[in-house]
Amino acid sequence: MTTKKKGPTLSVHDLRTHFHTKAGVVKAVDDVSFDVKGGQVMGLVGESGSGKSVTGFSIVGLIDPPGRVVSGSIKFKGEELVGASEERLQKLRGNRIAMIFQDPMMTLNPVLRIDTQMTEAIKAHRDVDAQTAWEEARDALGQVGIPSPEERLKTYPHQLSGGMRQRVAIAIAFLNKPDLIIADEPTTALDVTIQSQIIHEAQTLCRKTGTALIWITHDLAVVAGLADHICVMYAGRIVEEGKADDIIDRPLHPYTIGLIGSVPSHNKRGQRLNQIPGMTPSLLNLPPGCAFRNRCKFDDGECLDEPGPTRPVRGRSVRCFHPQRMEVTS
Amino acid sequence: MTAYVIRRLMQSVVVVLIMSVIVFFGVNVVGDPVDMLINPEADQEDIEAAIRALGLDKPIGEQYLFFLKNAITGNLGKSFIFGEPALQLIIQRMPATLELAITALLMAIFLGIPLGLYAGLKPDSPASRTIMAGSILGFSLPTFWVGLMMIMVFAVMLGWLPSTGRGETATFLGITSSLFTLNGLQHIFMPALNLALLKISLVIRLTRAGTREAIHQDYIKFARAKGLSPHRVIMVHLLKNILIPVVTVIGLEFGSLVAFSVVTETIFAWPGMGKLLIDSIQQLDRPVIVAYLIIIVLLFVTLNLIVDILYSILDPRVRLGEREA
Repeated sequence: MTTKKKGPTLSVHDLRTHFHTKAGVVKAVDDVSFDVKGGQVMGLVGESGSGKSVTGFSIVGLIDPPGRVVSGSIKFKGEELVGASEERLQKLRGNRIAMIFQDPMMTLNPVLRIDTQMTEAIKAHRDVDAQTAWEEARDALGQVGIPSPEERLKTYPHQLSGGMRQRVAIAIAFLNKPDLIIADEPTTALDVTIQSQIIHEAQTLCRKTGTALIWITHDLAVVAGLADHICVMYAGRIVEEGKADDIIDRPLHPYTIGLIGSVPSHNKRGQRLNQIPGMTPSLLNLPPGCAFRNRCKFDDGECLDEPGPTRPVRGRSVRCFHPQRMEVTS
Repeated sequence: MTAYVIRRLMQSVVVVLIMSVIVFFGVNVVGDPVDMLINPEADQEDIEAAIRALGLDKPIGEQYLFFLKNAITGNLGKSFIFGEPALQLIIQRMPATLELAITALLMAIFLGIPLGLYAGLKPDSPASRTIMAGSILGFSLPTFWVGLMMIMVFAVMLGWLPSTGRGETATFLGITSSLFTLNGLQHIFMPALNLALLKISLVIRLTRAGTREAIHQDYIKFARAKGLSPHRVIMVHLLKNILIPVVTVIGLEFGSLVAFSVVTETIFAWPGMGKLLIDSIQQLDRPVIVAYLIIIVLLFVTLNLIVDILYSILDPRVRLGEREA
């Protein structure tokens, strides 16, 4: 299932993206590292504000001031993207690295027809005539399961349903056969049946084309069946990383345990829903030590220290002084 | 679409009718034109003859019906002063006003949109702050005062531009306008800028606000994520969205440019309809006042219709007639 390639498609190392606001520095992404290989699906999981979307935008260089990638390295097929010129990034975006956004109601331009929005993405990167571009757009729509693509091409976004629009966005992402797709919560705004269809389409296309996929989500259940590898983010850091099955079945970090425990299906009828006590800390004034300390029941004096560099435990890494060996009842 | 246009046209007829009643009766309340027209030493018999000649001896309702009957055939009455048809008087002066209003409109578009776009894209730069400060001045300074200052600085002190009149005109493609001669362009520059000042400020503010709002929309970020050039993102994805409100306002403001050119024309002695109106009001030339106001109403109604149609071309979500059963 993994295509044979030399080295990972994307290798992020010690990435730090900070927002310099008037109130202070927001460390949205702080020391994040991971690799994604071709044909592999990497799930980036975390709550709102954990820095998972900012990680995605950092990779394609779409962090707007006051945000900035302050240090670290993003290597895409061996090429360093941190500090790369805007022209170079523009050539890569939509071409080698594509993105899918969260809300399909907002991502397509309301005043441009679908064909315009699709063919411009082709013509921005390849020197093809209008007819070829149009045919490619039509075929791409067919591939993501849109019926009568020729007619759909002539419509405006408001004439399509949310699920249709997200399919169009996915088709756009695949237009130039990218090596990497970053999907930022692409199914959050859709209802459950459409959600599973979309996940299926994306998965099939990636497997077929050998595209690496980063699937950003807050929903562990979504990622469980989709990803090969999972990174759990909390307060700008990756707190746990490993094979998807391992993480779902045997989470080590107290936060991951809490996340899995709070999925409603794990509870019996009538029982109070489990929740992680407390709130996500403000990234503006992060207290020293482990960011999860205040919400963690295993907190002790040791946690007041900066949590050490991710150390491998049982073949995967976790950023915690007290990795748990708790079996999750499923 | 056709049904929509027809319905709108019928609404327009009603609007024009109501306006004509208000204007006709309103004008009759102010002053007595006979006093202005007749030699103060004329005797009672002469005065009554004059009143009869002007049709002012009849009851006001009857006068209105008479006016309406003629209006249908395109006759809006004769000027008391010039003895010529009022409509003809206005149409003679219309090109001067239209060229002034169109020049002002073009200034508003070609200065307002780029400046507003710049201020919206780089909100913190010193240039943007200057633009925004300038637009506040454009909004708040009274037109007549700015006009007088312009004359003082550029015509009197510096002597760069002429202060009054329309200058030489030339005929091109059957249109006689001062836009076709250098002298005419020199003459039109100051009054047009004076008239446009408020509109430029308005367009700057609208464009800036639209840009600030649209730039953070997902579809702009998505367009960038597709690897489109910044030029295409701004000129197509952004501009097409923010042009919707701008077009609406510009269209409606064109009517007010024509209507409010009264002040500018008076200051710069521009021989247009506005100046004719002021002169007619001073001399209580009722038919000309009524005809002018009705033409302005017609203009507004027509512009509204054009704006609605343009709007539907720009915004696919408002295709006319689609949702109207």
